[in-house]
Amino acid sequence: MSPLITVDRMTCVTGLLLVMTAVSILRDRSNPKRFTTALFWGLMAYCLLFGEMMAGSLGKPAAHRVIGAAVLLATAIAGFGGVGSGVTAPLDAKRSAERLGNWLFLPSLSIPLLVIVGVFGLKGVSIGGIALFANNQVSLGAFGLAVIIAFPLACWITKGTPVEAFGETRRLVGVVGWAAVLPMMLVILGGIFTAAKTGDSIKHLTLMLAPEHQRFLIILLYCAGMAGFTIVMGNAFAAFPVMTAGLALPILIKEMGGNPAPLVAIGMYAGYCGTLATPMAAYFNMMPAALLELTDRYGVIRAQVPTAVAAFLANVLLMYFLAF
Amino acid sequence: MTGPELLPLIGIPIVVAGFALKLNPMLVVMAAGIATGLGAGIAPLDLLELIGEKFLGARTLVLFLLVLPIVGLVERYGLREQAAKWIARFRHASAGRILLVYFLIREITAALNIPLGGHVSMVRPVLVPMLEGAAAARLGAPSSRMAQRIRANAAAAENIGVFFGQDIFIAFGAVLLMDAFLRENGIDGVEPLMIGLWGIPSAIAVALIHGWRISRLDAALARDAAGEKRE
Repeated sequence: MSPLITVDRMTCVTGLLLVMTAVSILRDRSNPKRFTTALFWGLMAYCLLFGEMMAGSLGKPAAHRVIGAAVLLATAIAGFGGVGSGVTAPLDAKRSAERLGNWLFLPSLSIPLLVIVGVFGLKGVSIGGIALFANNQVSLGAFGLAVIIAFPLACWITKGTPVEAFGETRRLVGVVGWAAVLPMMLVILGGIFTAAKTGDSIKHLTLMLAPEHQRFLIILLYCAGMAGFTIVMGNAFAAFPVMTAGLALPILIKEMGGNPAPLVAIGMYAGYCGTLATPMAAYFNMMPAALLELTDRYGVIRAQVPTAVAAFLANVLLMYFLAF
Repeated sequence: MTGPELLPLIGIPIVVAGFALKLNPMLVVMAAGIATGLGAGIAPLDLLELIGEKFLGARTLVLFLLVLPIVGLVERYGLREQAAKWIARFRHASAGRILLVYFLIREITAALNIPLGGHVSMVRPVLVPMLEGAAAARLGAPSSRMAQRIRANAAAAENIGVFFGQDIFIAFGAVLLMDAFLRENGIDGVEPLMIGLWGIPSAIAVALIHGWRISRLDAALARDAAGEKRE
């Protein structure tokens, strides 16, 4: 038996949520782009609902090609400005805030609290012989359980209906827009970079630049390579094996006798400085900018760059003094 | 280096130019992916298959949408208004002080692997209204310039706190990745715990750097407010 709460099932529920959102967008006459917007979310819902299922029936290559084509079509719709949003009539929020008071905090706060309970308290628990979460998906499973509990809680506290909640989902999906799926697009790009061995090319370039017997300069180059490659890939995990195998391992560790633990730990942090400065880390930098309704798409990055630069220099110095 | 070795790099200038020109990121990313794939000699159908495969592999990244019905509903019934009202009761609360506390809690909980917060379930519905409410109580209703500054800094504090806290926790993916990498490359005797502990100096450095920057937020907001009064 598969566990009760799995990523596959949560993906299907997300797909269903997007189907309802797409239908709701289609009927929203205040949205001037309602047909293309509904098509965009419909395609996303289709991929999420039927992706795994098709892989079983058509075989993986064919299923992945169909999904790939759907993703390309959705990208084209979003890329040429086809995704828009309508207007939702607001409720008199001030009056209901007075009526409900601090109870309003409970549903939002219950989500992280329930996740903590799930992760630490419900790992390995099974109901009637069926495990609650899969062993390798405890955090996400606990998140799913938190949503299952928090949603009725939110309805009960506000006395709002699920229909209202789906209307609000449409509003928030309109706020976030295509930025909601941009993180997935960047994973796709990362996969293509890996398949194209872009990392090897970057490694060649950095090795050509490496000066001999200059410990500080090589440390600087390693950290700059981690940050720079992370800016390009949007993910320090992708940069780490390439840069560490290329520079840190042969030169800093084997040739110069550096201490591996601080070298890799601080090297990864140098990569995170790059994460703070790149639109490629869409889940952290671009999606929140849309969610928080920033007029400047790069507003979050701008707020982070001074810290990223200072933290980068601090990490170079820490590595120089702690690893040798 | 020869030409064919450089071709897999073709996506990088596309990404840089696309983001610099503020073209639509979806289009930029996909164009870079297609150019890189074809440049490296991947057949078009195989590239299409790769796109579909990676999309399905990344599907956990859209699961945050499951929170939207909950957040949307409580927002509709006044969560943001209540958060602003609640924080206004604390006379010593300011946007900068609240954000500093949130940032430090976020870095510490991330180091202990306690999943708290997040942009969707905490920053937008709870943190930002509190910051804006505290700013309003001191400086009057925030102008759009002030609101933008507050929101961008709220998201930044969330990101920076989590990034630089999480690597201290030994079972976190990054630590396990570093550990596996070292062992694969024949470097033995490095415990994951040591990698986590060696992250602490950097985590403290970042807490000091970013904490200092947050402590200047109130002054920046006061300047915004004064500047707008003059205009």
